[in-house]
Amino acid sequence: MTENAQSTQATASSENYAVIIRDMHKWYGEFHVLKDVNLNVTKGEKIVICGPSGSGKSTMIRCINALEEHQQGDIIVDGTELTNDLKNIDAVRSEVGMVFQHFNLFPHLTVMENCTLAPIWVRKTPKAEADSLAMEYLERVKIPDQANKYPGQLSGGQQQRVAIARSLCMRPRIMLFDEPTSALDPEMIKEVLDVMIELASEGITMLCVTHEMGFAKTVADRVIFMDGGEIIEENIPDEFFDNPQHDRTKLFLSQILNH
Amino acid sequence: MNEAIASQPQRNIVSRLWNDKETRSVIIQIIAFAAIFAFFFFMVRNAISNLESIGKDISLDFLSQPSSYDISQSLIEYSSRSTHFRAMIVGILNTLLVAVFGVILATLVGFLLGVLRLSKNWLTNKLAYVYIEYVRNVPVLLHILLLHGIIVHALPLPKNAINLGDTAFLTNRGFFIPSPSFEPLFWVVAGLFVAGIFFSIWFSRYAHKVQDATGRHYPVFWINLGAIIGIPVLAYFILGSPIIWEIPELKGFNYRGGMVVRPEFVALWIALSLYTAAFIGEIVRAGISAISWGQSEAAAALGLSRGRILNLVVIPQALRIIIPPLTSQYLNLTKNSSLAIAIGYMDIVATIGGVTLNQTGREMESMTIVLLLYLTFSLLISSFMNWYNKRIKLVER
Ligand SMILES: Nc1ncnc2c1ncn2[C@@H]1O[C@H](COP(=O)(O)OP(=O)(O)OP(=O)(O)O)[C@@H](O)[C@H]1O
Ligand SMILES: [Mg+2]
Repeated sequence: MTENAQSTQATASSENYAVIIRDMHKWYGEFHVLKDVNLNVTKGEKIVICGPSGSGKSTMIRCINALEEHQQGDIIVDGTELTNDLKNIDAVRSEVGMVFQHFNLFPHLTVMENCTLAPIWVRKTPKAEADSLAMEYLERVKIPDQANKYPGQLSGGQQQRVAIARSLCMRPRIMLFDEPTSALDPEMIKEVLDVMIELASEGITMLCVTHEMGFAKTVADRVIFMDGGEIIEENIPDEFFDNPQHDRTKLFLSQILNH
Repeated sequence: MNEAIASQPQRNIVSRLWNDKETRSVIIQIIAFAAIFAFFFFMVRNAISNLESIGKDISLDFLSQPSSYDISQSLIEYSSRSTHFRAMIVGILNTLLVAVFGVILATLVGFLLGVLRLSKNWLTNKLAYVYIEYVRNVPVLLHILLLHGIIVHALPLPKNAINLGDTAFLTNRGFFIPSPSFEPLFWVVAGLFVAGIFFSIWFSRYAHKVQDATGRHYPVFWINLGAIIGIPVLAYFILGSPIIWEIPELKGFNYRGGMVVRPEFVALWIALSLYTAAFIGEIVRAGISAISWGQSEAAAALGLSRGRILNLVVIPQALRIIIPPLTSQYLNLTKNSSLAIAIGYMDIVATIGGVTLNQTGREMESMTIVLLLYLTFSLLISSFMNWYNKRIKLVER
């Protein structure tokens, strides 16, 4: 294959992929957190990432919107390569939504203002339009009646749904979730998962770090298992759960399923 | 359970009132109020009868008598033939002067120190740290005396003054700087400046409305800066610099003409400001670092730029934490300015509470006046800061 042909193939493929991670490494000082990560996520694909604590799941998805810097390899998000160029980083961040384990809502702003902040200041949306957009997504996550409250006045499950609505208001093409339900009481987990399942049916690309195996079985196109900073195994959910290949995967699954 | 309810009406009335949450608090307040009132009544009556027994009465007549002492620095016309009342006004103005300039400088330096303490640059961070630890662990009186000593003893006599470009002269008698006299055209510049302020207030609101309506952002800060500073400065030069500066000149042993900033003022101002700034620096650092990193991350993940993250997310939350302790620092600075007397800066304490008191022997009256004046200033400052705090709180909650 000529070099030319190869590069056209590369552009063609990057159009089909929402995220491309190639030979990516990351270090925290001396500590090698991510080792040779390769992952292609097609547009609209739902991916669930699991693995033991400290295996680098958070670090990997935080690299996708440049909250963490990678030191080697390439990350291409929606056709834009993440380099040191701050313009690229801002462009990627406004296309990629992120939901955190601890919600990170802005406590000094109302639910409504949390949702309209970025559309107004990043997308330059007129306020009325931003408000109705926010209302639309608050309805989608089923809390339109809380719009004028402050985050501190809501339950954990409600706060996490606001956080999801806040991200959606930027109309992202890719959503990242970092253990969105693990800080919640059991009775609130379902209300958040329901919102996420509904979202998954709408064609958005999702990467979700979670140990909710029921959610993975219903929603995921692919499950990825990480350990020690590496992707150990990836498969479609049925195969992954019923027929894991690696010993470490088997051990991990036996631990969380017996749990 | 049932027994307790049944037995309740049988308790005597005093016990019932005392155990009621609301009546108890009312009773306590009444007792406290009566005790305080009785105490003051007793003290004042004693003081009056004691003063009477040594032939003194309480009277404010002395305020209208000639003061017959000089004051080195005065913002208004004053001579030894002026009244004690006027001397008091001079003292009030001098206290206000050092307090206002002190609060401004302390705030600027304090916020700078706070930001430097948060910087990732090891050197600036440690320098700010060392500065703060040194300054706030030495009594402010020593800072004032030290700075005064440096100015009075280390600066040259007027005949060897440190000459700053033939316009300003630093000497141990004070800093001699040019004094302005304004030509009529200057008032055009002043008018433009005031107009600029009004324009900015209007423009900020207008820009906000436009942003709400169309989403468009104006560079509000830069446009307002241009209106308030840029246009007046431009007009100043176009109108041919309508201020005539009178440059101080060495005549005999001292400088004549121009303005003099007294060493006492400089020492007090700088010492109070830098001392208070160290505390403000710590307050600012604590306020900003109390905002969790997750807040900045969430804002960054939404695509907000660094400047916007600070302006829209971090600072509004940090201010809420910073304002109350900042208020006490402003109060401290104002009250600490009474240490002026140590270096002979003629503030409230040195005039009405010092020379006037000594000359007239009116301790009760003078000290009461001094006390009431400080109380007034402090209450004004704290009510302004409380108003501001409420305002930013209301925006938030
Ligand atoms: N800022 C940091 N500096 C140094 N080491 C870090 C930092 N953040 C994370 N690590 C380390 O990197 C490794 C991977 O962390 P990461 O948070 O990605 O794990 P995780 O898979 O998300 O775990 P968990 O399930 O507990 O959230 C861990 O060993 C962690 O101690
Ligand atoms: Mg994690």
